[in-house]
Amino acid sequence: MTPFIDPWWLPVIFAGLMGLSILLYVVLDGYDLGVGMLTRLEKDANRDLMVASIGPFWDANETWLVLGIGLLLVAFPVAHGLILTQLYLPVVLMLVALILRGVSFEFRAKAPPEQKHRWDAAFFYGSLITALCQGYMLGAYVLGFDQSLSSILFCLLAALGLVAGYLFVGACWLVYKVEGDLQKRAVRWAEVTLWLTALAMAIISIATPLLSERIFARWFRLPEIIALLPIPIASATLFAGLAIFLRRPLREKDELSWVPLATAGILFALGFVGIAYSFYPYLIADRLDIWQAAASPESLSIILIGALFVLPVILGYSVLAHWIFRGKATHLSYE
Amino acid sequence: MDALDPLILARIQFAANISFHILFPTITIALGWALLGFKLAYNRTKDVAWMDAYRLWVKVFALSFAMGVVSGITMSFQFGTNWPGYMEKVGNVAGPLLAYEVLTAFFLEAVFLGIMLFGFSRVPNWVHTLATCLVAGGTTLSAFWIIALNSWMQTPVGYEIRDGIVHATDWWAIVFNPSMPYRLTHMLLASALTVSFLIAGMSAWRWLKDGGGEGVRRTLKAAVYAAALLIPVQIFVGDMHGLNTLEHQPQKVAAMEANWETQPHTPLILFAIPDEKARTNHLEVAVPSGASLILKHEAAGVVPGLNDYRGNHPPVAPLFWGFRIMVGLGVLMLAISWFGAFTIWRRGIDSLPRWYARALVAMTFAGWVATLAGWYVTEIGRQPWLVTGVLKTADAVGPVGSMMVASSLTLYLAVYAVLLAAYIAVLYRLARLGKAAPDDKAMFPIPGAAPGPAAPLEEGVTP
Repeated sequence: MTPFIDPWWLPVIFAGLMGLSILLYVVLDGYDLGVGMLTRLEKDANRDLMVASIGPFWDANETWLVLGIGLLLVAFPVAHGLILTQLYLPVVLMLVALILRGVSFEFRAKAPPEQKHRWDAAFFYGSLITALCQGYMLGAYVLGFDQSLSSILFCLLAALGLVAGYLFVGACWLVYKVEGDLQKRAVRWAEVTLWLTALAMAIISIATPLLSERIFARWFRLPEIIALLPIPIASATLFAGLAIFLRRPLREKDELSWVPLATAGILFALGFVGIAYSFYPYLIADRLDIWQAAASPESLSIILIGALFVLPVILGYSVLAHWIFRGKATHLSYE
Repeated sequence: MDALDPLILARIQFAANISFHILFPTITIALGWALLGFKLAYNRTKDVAWMDAYRLWVKVFALSFAMGVVSGITMSFQFGTNWPGYMEKVGNVAGPLLAYEVLTAFFLEAVFLGIMLFGFSRVPNWVHTLATCLVAGGTTLSAFWIIALNSWMQTPVGYEIRDGIVHATDWWAIVFNPSMPYRLTHMLLASALTVSFLIAGMSAWRWLKDGGGEGVRRTLKAAVYAAALLIPVQIFVGDMHGLNTLEHQPQKVAAMEANWETQPHTPLILFAIPDEKARTNHLEVAVPSGASLILKHEAAGVVPGLNDYRGNHPPVAPLFWGFRIMVGLGVLMLAISWFGAFTIWRRGIDSLPRWYARALVAMTFAGWVATLAGWYVTEIGRQPWLVTGVLKTADAVGPVGSMMVASSLTLYLAVYAVLLAAYIAVLYRLARLGKAAPDDKAMFPIPGAAPGPAAPLEEGVTP
C-alpha cells in the first residue's frame, strides 16, 4: 500500500508516540514502583493498604512499557537492536526484577501466610531494582553508551535520581489514595523525596550539557535559550510551590489531595521534554537519527492506522478504570 | 564456557523464556471463556455453586495472567537483546503484527482485568460480565496475532525482498498465511484441553479429599464433558495441520516420522532411536505402509524422506520424540475423558471410581506437556531457518558474548524454577481452600454505598 501522508513525517510521528508512551509509563508505573519501594516503611495492614491502592492499575501501567518498547521495536527496528544489545545486563536485571515484582502482587495474597514476608521482600527489591536499572539505562542512553568512568558515575547518579523520582511520585499517589496517619506520613515522604528529586533533576540537567557538546550547543545559544527558559523556571516554581503546599495540613475533606500527584506528573513531563529536546532528531546520540532507523513507510503507515484508532480508545478506558476505582483505598477486612 | 556457542545459548535462553511464557497464556486463553461460562450460568440459574466455581477459578486466572504478563514483557525485549538480526531483516512484517497484538489485545486485557477482578461491587452486573467477556476476547485476540506472526515465519508469503530487507506486499496474505488457520485452531483447542484437564484434575483432587461440595462436582463434570467433546476435534484438526505441514514444510514431517528415504509404502514408526550420523533408525518397530496411509491416504503413497533435504532439515530426535509425546498424550486424553463422560452420563458423578479420580489428578498438567511438546516439534522443525527460506537462525543472533548470555540464562532459569514451583503450590492451596479462599472482601467500596452481599470476587493483593 502507498503511505497516506508524506513519508518524512512518519518517523517523527512514531518518535512522538513512543515518547508519549514512555512518559506515560514513567509517571504511571513510576507511582506504583514508588509505592512498592515505600511498602518497606510500613507493616501489616498499612502495607496491605498501600499494595491495594495500586492493585487494579499496575497491569495496565506496565503495558505502557510494552507499548513504548514495542514501538521502538516495530518503528525503529535497527535502533531497538543497537540499544538493547548495549544495555544487555541492566535490561536482563530489570526484567527479572519486573517479573518478581509483578508476581508478588498475586503470591503475597495467595501463598500461605507464613511465606508472605518473602513475597513482600520480592515486591520491595523487585521495585527497587527495576527503578535502579531504568535510571541506569536512562543515563547510559543519554550519554550514547559511553563507557568511561565519569559516564558510569553519571549512570549511577541517574539510577539514584530515578529511584528518588519514583519514590516522590509514589508518595504523592499515597497522599491522594489513603487517609489518616498513613496519609500524614505519605506527606512527609513526599516532602523529603521532593527535594531529592529536585536535586537529581538539577544535577542531571547541569551534567548532561557538560558531558555532551552537542546538547550544550542545542541549549545555550540565542534565540533558543529564551524559548527554553520557561522549562527550568516552571520546574523550579512547581518544586517550590509544592514544597510550600505540603507544609500546610491538608484541607478539610481532602479536597486538594490530588494536587501533589498532578504536580509530580507535570514535573516529570517537563523533565521529559527537556531530554527529548536535547535528543531530537537522534535516537542514538550523534549516531542514528529517526529517519535512518525507521522501518519502511508501508509498514509504518499500516501501524499508524491502527494506532490512530486504538490509542484514543486505550487512553479512554485507562481513564475509565481510574474513574471506576476512584476515591480512597480502604482497609480490607473479611466479611 | 568457551565450548558453548553463543548461538546455542541464545537459542536455549529464548526457548526457556518462551516455554515458560506459553504455559500461562495456554491457561488464560481458555480459562477466560470458562469463567464467562460460569458467570453466564450463574446469571441464568442464580445457583451459587456456579459463583463458587467462578470465585475459585478467577483467582487461578489472575495468578496465571500475572505470570503471563511479566514473562511476556521479557519476550518483547528478547528480540533486541539477543536477536537484533530478526527485526532488521523482517521487521517490516513482524513489527506491525506485534504492534497490533499490543494495541488491540494487550491493553484490552490489562485494563478490563482490573474491572473483572476488583470491580464486581463497583459496576453493574452486566458491565462485570462484559468485562469478563472482553478479557477472554483479548486473550484470544492476542493468540490470533502471535500465531499469525509465528505461522508467517513457518510459511512466509505476501512479501518481497528489496536491498536484502523484507517488505510487505499483501497484508491479507501475510496474516492468513497457509499454515495460520491450522496452527491457530490447533492452539486454541490445545488451550481448551489444557484448561479442561486442569479444572478436572484440581476438582478431582478436591473431590478425593472431602467431596468439595456442589461447586467442585459441577466443575468436575463440566471439565470432563468439555474434554470428551474437544479431544476428537483436536485429533482431527491435528491431522489436518500435519497434512498442511507436509505440503509446505515436508522436511519437518520427515523428521517427525524419522523417515530417511522418499518412498511409497512408508511405514509408521511406533518406536525407534533415530541416528542422525548414520542416517538410519535403530530398534525400529513400525506398522507397514502406516505413514503412507496417514499422510497420503493410500498404501502406495510416496512420503518425502530426510535424505532429500541433507544439510537443510531440522534435528530428527527432538521432533520424533516430541511428536510422539504429544500424540500419546492426546490418545490418553481421549481414553480418559470418554470413559469419564460415559460413566457420568450413565450413572452420575458420584459413581466415578476413585482410581479414575486419581488418574485425573495425574493428568492435571497433561495439557501443558502436550502443548510444549507440540510447540517444540513445530519450532525446532523450522530449523535451521528462523523465517523459512528467508533468514537463518544463525544470521539473526546478536553480538552478546557467551559469558553474558550464560549468566542471564542461569538467572532466568533459577527465577522460573522458583516461580513454577510457587505457582503449582498456590494452585493446590487455592483448590484446598476452595470457596473459603481469602476473598469476599471490599477492595474499594463504592462511595456512599454500604458494603453488602454483592461482595467483590477477588482480593488480589491481600491475605
